[in-house]
Amino acid sequence: MSLIDNKVNDFVVRFANVNGTGSASANFLFTKAIFRMGIPVTPKNIFPSNIQGLPTWYEVRISEKGYLGRREGIDLVVSVNPQSMLNDVASVRPGGYFLYDSSKKLHDQYIREDINYIGIPLMLMCNEAYTDPRQRQLFKNIIYVGALAALFEIEFAVLEELLGEQFKGKEKLIPANVKALKLGVDYIHANFKYPLDIRVERRDLIGDSIMIDGNSACGLGAVYAGATVAAWYPITPSTSVVEAFSSYAGEFRVDKITGKKNVAIVQAEDELAAIGMVIGANWNGARSFTATSGPGLSLMNEFLGLAYFAEIPTVLIDVQRTGPSTGMPTRTQQSDILEAAYASHGDTKHVLLFPSTPKECFDLTVDAFDLAEQLQTPVIMLTDLDLGMNDHVSPPFVWDDKREYNRGKVLDAAALDKIVKFGRYLDVDNDGITYRTYPGTHPSKGSFFTRGTSRDEYATYTEDGAAYQRNVDRLIKKWNTAKSIVPAPQLYQEQSQFANGILFFGTSQYAAEEAIDLLNQKQIFVDAIRIKSFPFNETVQDFINSHEKVFVIEQNRDAQMKSLLLIELGADPQKMISVLNYDGMPITADNIFKQITKNLSFSPEFKIKN
Amino acid sequence: MTYIRPKFRHPELIKNKLGYTVDYYEGALSTLCAGCGHDSISAGIIQACYEMNIEPHKLAKLSGIGCSSKTPAYVLSNSHGFNSVHGRMPSVATGANLANNDLIYLGVSGDGDTASIGMGQFVHVIRRNLNMLYIVMNNGCYGLTKGQDSATADQGSKNKSGNINLFESIDLASLSIELGATFVAQSFSGDKTQLVPLIKAALNHPGFAFINVISPCVTFNNNVGSTKSYDYVRQHVEATATVDFVPEMTEITTTYEEGTTKQVKMHDGSYISLNKLAQDWDPLDRLSAMNAVQNARAKGEILTGLLYVNPDCSDLHEMLQTSDRPLNSLTKSDLCPGSEMLKEINADLR
Repeated sequence: MSLIDNKVNDFVVRFANVNGTGSASANFLFTKAIFRMGIPVTPKNIFPSNIQGLPTWYEVRISEKGYLGRREGIDLVVSVNPQSMLNDVASVRPGGYFLYDSSKKLHDQYIREDINYIGIPLMLMCNEAYTDPRQRQLFKNIIYVGALAALFEIEFAVLEELLGEQFKGKEKLIPANVKALKLGVDYIHANFKYPLDIRVERRDLIGDSIMIDGNSACGLGAVYAGATVAAWYPITPSTSVVEAFSSYAGEFRVDKITGKKNVAIVQAEDELAAIGMVIGANWNGARSFTATSGPGLSLMNEFLGLAYFAEIPTVLIDVQRTGPSTGMPTRTQQSDILEAAYASHGDTKHVLLFPSTPKECFDLTVDAFDLAEQLQTPVIMLTDLDLGMNDHVSPPFVWDDKREYNRGKVLDAAALDKIVKFGRYLDVDNDGITYRTYPGTHPSKGSFFTRGTSRDEYATYTEDGAAYQRNVDRLIKKWNTAKSIVPAPQLYQEQSQFANGILFFGTSQYAAEEAIDLLNQKQIFVDAIRIKSFPFNETVQDFINSHEKVFVIEQNRDAQMKSLLLIELGADPQKMISVLNYDGMPITADNIFKQITKNLSFSPEFKIKN
Repeated sequence: MTYIRPKFRHPELIKNKLGYTVDYYEGALSTLCAGCGHDSISAGIIQACYEMNIEPHKLAKLSGIGCSSKTPAYVLSNSHGFNSVHGRMPSVATGANLANNDLIYLGVSGDGDTASIGMGQFVHVIRRNLNMLYIVMNNGCYGLTKGQDSATADQGSKNKSGNINLFESIDLASLSIELGATFVAQSFSGDKTQLVPLIKAALNHPGFAFINVISPCVTFNNNVGSTKSYDYVRQHVEATATVDFVPEMTEITTTYEEGTTKQVKMHDGSYISLNKLAQDWDPLDRLSAMNAVQNARAKGEILTGLLYVNPDCSDLHEMLQTSDRPLNSLTKSDLCPGSEMLKEINADLR
């Protein structure tokens, strides 16, 4: 084996497990220990659409430089699933390691000359140490974590501390777990040279960051935003958004004495009913939201058109997965962009938000409620499976107690008394946003008929073409108002410096930022922008205008974000270059680097501005 | 129909307890066909709300799409209304109700809107026992698209074009009893004497109240051979009982012959007083109600009146244990855990 560079705090471990065998908590223990040692780490679950018995992988990247995207090339595989072993052996980079259960002799077909084998008789050790069949199964996972601790020099005290936290209140479970860890450590100490060339060293690179998945962050954000009604239909990968909301609401929204709840959560009969309930609740003045994924978004189209046209605030969190149709339900993609932007028939457009981190999931969920009520329209937050279901190192959540909920233009009884004639769709402020009333506000003023049909400024049904056109033109005026209040994009430079720029959004951020470094190492320099919302504001337009080429990085086949930029900003198609990834796995920096350099290699005129 | 609303009102219209005359409960002028059964039901709704002293703004009226779903515009102009999308009124009503448990919710739907495109939502709103009155104006056909058969058209019924309906009809009253609806009634748009007390009792019911009202379509389904025509329905109506709704604290003055009357006590002390006509039927017994409806069907009759009621039921809010204060009245101080708590949450995630 050859010692490649410095592999301290810079490697990828892949766990090959069988789903439903308790591997998830052991694997998380491994990740969290590295996080606790102050080292940036990013885990990805690669799991089947199945409950028990199929292969599942957990891939952990450790990166001193703080690169939190996925990386190709696996340094060490922990193999405890015979089903996928052939592929798992093949996935190890030359010179890497294959850790396996050596209770039975490894068949010749699994032997490669260019990798290192670490055999640990996990099954035999468990059978000897434990009598309970379930423990024999579970502790195999803990033993390999112990072995990895010895191989990578993970601090044992950190692992013990984490077990203590995990089993708080169930302390009697701790000794058996510690015993399993030690079995792993001792076996490595007795049989192998340790530590490996790939190993960890304590750092202070995490600061005050937290580790959480995006879906939980969305659920928590909805609690902080004051959502009181949630309606949903179970669908991977969005299910845990409402589950997290429900769990946090159980903590913060239940009266300790009466048990009464300041929240109502309904599991609907389908996604149509879920969004219908959300619209009904928002119409009646409660903050309400739903969460879904691609197939659910397709079903919600009709109602989204109603909410757009009848101007009812609606918050929808779409955790994107690989489409079309049922697609790959447990793989990631950014492929609902056009579907969400123009959901429903007729001329419709919807406000979109694109979070990149759990902190942004929290912040943008709160913003989504404010924006939906300010603009009286649906706001769709597009996260994805990678962000939603994987743990991420994230800046901590922050809440400003001075922040008030922006409930938008709502007239109460006193305000109605001052008005001669209330017009629900009268553009009083000339910004396209009109005043609404909640049912039950005033005995004789402010009632109106909400409808998906055309109506005049006083909400009265009309088939007068001029009145119809006035109304839809006002909706565009409102759309233009939205441009100035939706979250601004993140610019990576104060002003454009280079001929080429890269544009990305959502979870491509991690890989894109790393790709910028890879490009810089090759003396290729680019400006960068991360889009956080739609409609696009002027900053996005300026960025495109001020570059000769703009590489649009996205995780779908059809370059949907590029299409949206072309449609909405009239950008020159010749200068917009797609960098795409759509195999269902999170995009990597290497992939972006290769696609960009390949394109630039055909452009000899490529130069650095000024 | 007319396009001019007469402004004349009787100068001595009687005011209800709130000081409103009945015209205060009217809505916009109906644009339905002259003689449409739906207009009679709208009149029944107006009458019932007036007699029950309901503050119009404390009632929200919701509907889907279709002729029937237009009618909320023709009643209670001081109520907020929501004409949603086809077959989806129940979900919108559910969300609205969850947001504010202080209002009365009136949902109006049709046979297409409920028994076809909206069947899924209808079934599930019953399961949740949402506190609302759900009226189906049932004419057995799609009026707005010119008379196609609906799923409630009886097998063998002939429509205006002469086509015989081949398919088994969906009996919404039986279905809702089967699904556990806690108030189920059936009526005929031509029988206001029966309909108004039923609407009043239903509005007073603390859970999901369903009234299936046979409401003939004069334009597309009033022909000979149709089982939803005025003539046919009049000839085949059989009532369970005559119905009277007696509000709380009112002395019962009507007397019926011993043995044939039944008083159903409602949750708030009011009564539904029934003068029983049907034999072997107890409105408090689900099985006997089901039998009564099915027996009538077998005889080719349409059983009307109150069919089933369970006055002691828990509505969705009770089941979900939501706060007594309407959720839409809660503010940041009630809802937001604040920055200190968030610091603790962050600490747990490190």
